[in-house]
Amino acid sequence: MLVTALGISATACGSGESPQSSASGGAANVTITVACQPAKTAPKDRQAWDDDVAAFMKAHPGVTVKSTDQQPCFDPKTFGPKLAGGQMETVFVVPMTNYGDVIAQGQALDITQYTSLIKNWNDLRPDHRELLVKDGKTYGVPNVHYSVGLVYNRALFTKAGLDPNTPPRTWAEVREAAKKIAGLGAGYVGYGEYSGGNTGGWHFTQAIYGRGGSVLTDDNKKAAFNSPEGKAVLQNLHDMRWVDNSMGSKLLVGWESLMMAMGSGKVGMMLGAPDVVTDVVTKFKGKVDDYGITGFPEAKASLSGGEAYMINPKATPEQAKAGMEWIDFRFNTVGKGRFDFARGKAIGNPVGVPDNAVYGDSPTGKAIQADRVKNASLPVENYQTYVDSAATVPPKAEPLHAQELYAILDVAMSGVLSRKDASVDQLLADAETKANAMLAAKG
Amino acid sequence: MGILRRNLTAYGFLCAALFCFAVFAWYPMVREFVLSFQKTDLINPPEWVGLDNFKAAVADPAFGEAWLNTVEFTVLALLCGYAVPFVVALVLNELRHARAYLRFVVYLPVMLPPIVAVLLFRWFYDPGPGLFNQVLDFFHLPTLAWLDSSSTALISLVLVSTWMNMGSATLIYLAALQNIPPELYEAAELDGAGILKRVRHVTIPQTKLILLLMLMLQIVATMQVFIEPYMLTGGGPENATVSVAYLMYQFAFSQMNYGQAGALGMMLMLALLVFAAFQLRTTREDQA
Repeated sequence: MLVTALGISATACGSGESPQSSASGGAANVTITVACQPAKTAPKDRQAWDDDVAAFMKAHPGVTVKSTDQQPCFDPKTFGPKLAGGQMETVFVVPMTNYGDVIAQGQALDITQYTSLIKNWNDLRPDHRELLVKDGKTYGVPNVHYSVGLVYNRALFTKAGLDPNTPPRTWAEVREAAKKIAGLGAGYVGYGEYSGGNTGGWHFTQAIYGRGGSVLTDDNKKAAFNSPEGKAVLQNLHDMRWVDNSMGSKLLVGWESLMMAMGSGKVGMMLGAPDVVTDVVTKFKGKVDDYGITGFPEAKASLSGGEAYMINPKATPEQAKAGMEWIDFRFNTVGKGRFDFARGKAIGNPVGVPDNAVYGDSPTGKAIQADRVKNASLPVENYQTYVDSAATVPPKAEPLHAQELYAILDVAMSGVLSRKDASVDQLLADAETKANAMLAAKG
Repeated sequence: MGILRRNLTAYGFLCAALFCFAVFAWYPMVREFVLSFQKTDLINPPEWVGLDNFKAAVADPAFGEAWLNTVEFTVLALLCGYAVPFVVALVLNELRHARAYLRFVVYLPVMLPPIVAVLLFRWFYDPGPGLFNQVLDFFHLPTLAWLDSSSTALISLVLVSTWMNMGSATLIYLAALQNIPPELYEAAELDGAGILKRVRHVTIPQTKLILLLMLMLQIVATMQVFIEPYMLTGGGPENATVSVAYLMYQFAFSQMNYGQAGALGMMLMLALLVFAAFQLRTTREDQA
């Protein structure tokens, strides 16, 4: 019922605003809808967006831009029904995990002929552009790229007698630091970790990648996590939870619970990308000066993530062109749109977190980084060890059937975090059996 | 024809209700039935796959646990949520003073949006500064892990559910109790019946229909438990609180597998239809 009701409501309302264009006096009048307008609850960011829309329309006479403010921009619960109901914007965002599906289902326009409209196209990291290419055709503009590191609370490090400028580089050091932070008293958590709603399995994947392991075999036919690396991940968590008592007594089930705990200032460390710092500060009242991020301990690879902008396949050529110009203006121009760091600083945003490496160390990337540092509203040195490390750790993509595997691995993660007598070997063996059965069923 | 004309207004109202049911209840049910035999991404034309969605749903690693948890939750919820409100209603019915106030107190939780009630209990269950463990600690009793242990998580969800729904059930029982003619109690008292005998020989027979109805309604409602595991436990720890409805949600919105979610929904509906049929039959027999 829940499933069909959502689908039907989207379909019933599916007429939406049909893309249209008309020529009038030789000048094309075209209307495009664009996703990701900031919510009304963030009035300064929304105003900045609206200002950008106005500036873009002034620079592109005949183009009308209409924004939608669904938050988050990509919502897995509504993405399918929105596409089905014809409600998807002309320009929409897709996370890296969904590139393949969206492209395979024909729901993104082939933009090969329009990529030149992105002035810095050749400066975008080739490995990220490649993810959006199928059969020689390009289907999206990479917008964000990040890799996982170790987010930590510098204030707690100082309070626990640790040096925040030399954060842990090995798991043994993480464990020692976690013990000292937990030793500050009741309510302090040295190291926070997820345990449910598929986030436990997601972080298991991050951790096993970091140790050089894999979730699946190379041919994607069998589970590969019942390995020395997988055992090390779970054993380390088990020991931190039950031997060191450094992970608190409360299961941090999902994204929000761990973010809230980090924002409360009583959690010392967690695995996460730099955007964790932005979220903790902007959504969970964390103090921006308190947080830092460092390289993934002992990392041999890092789960990478990101997003891209795509164009609705029903767009007319005029709309596609206008959409690409909007993407170029708002998301890919140094000093403009989202890279207008001076404006970001003026309206009180946390500027300086290295939350996007989509341009790598290309001339555009260097220019953006210089501008970010110049306008930083927070201590950029807190993130330098992450930046140095991220450049050397190879990115690794999510496994096939990621969500199904994460659901299975949640059980192992919650097992070691909720039971002192949990057997790591048994948990991994059970998960392996379930994963192999699932993979066999999927063919 | 004359009857039809005389009742035209009533039929008009009935049509409006039927239309709403058709659009918002029956049509989605039919669509879900169709969906359960199709492979679809809601975008491209669906593909008929026979029973594949049902097979895939049954083969899911959490399928068995979800059903076991759901049945266990239903049984525990009935033990708490069926008996407790009836006892509370009996007590309220016997009271001579502060009856209105106590009715309000009992009904109050129903007025809280479920999401607020669930978040409130998240704090109650917090293993550190949570209310329940503070109380246990005050009485020098061992504290519990509540939601954070696979042995206590499910019953913790049952307690939330019971607390949220107790007010409505109590009021329905109370209404039924107040419909019992007082003469029956007076006669029983004259015959020397104590309170337990009055309940057994007067109250329960007189409220049999409503008791059966509530039993079936509660089975149907509790077997669809979703918001508690979704908000409080994410199905964990160790799948101890994955319910059928929660697994259905996972299929649809984590795995984007709408057909498989539809198949699981059909299985749940079939299971609930058994209870609904039983309830209809019992009601009919009782009215006959």
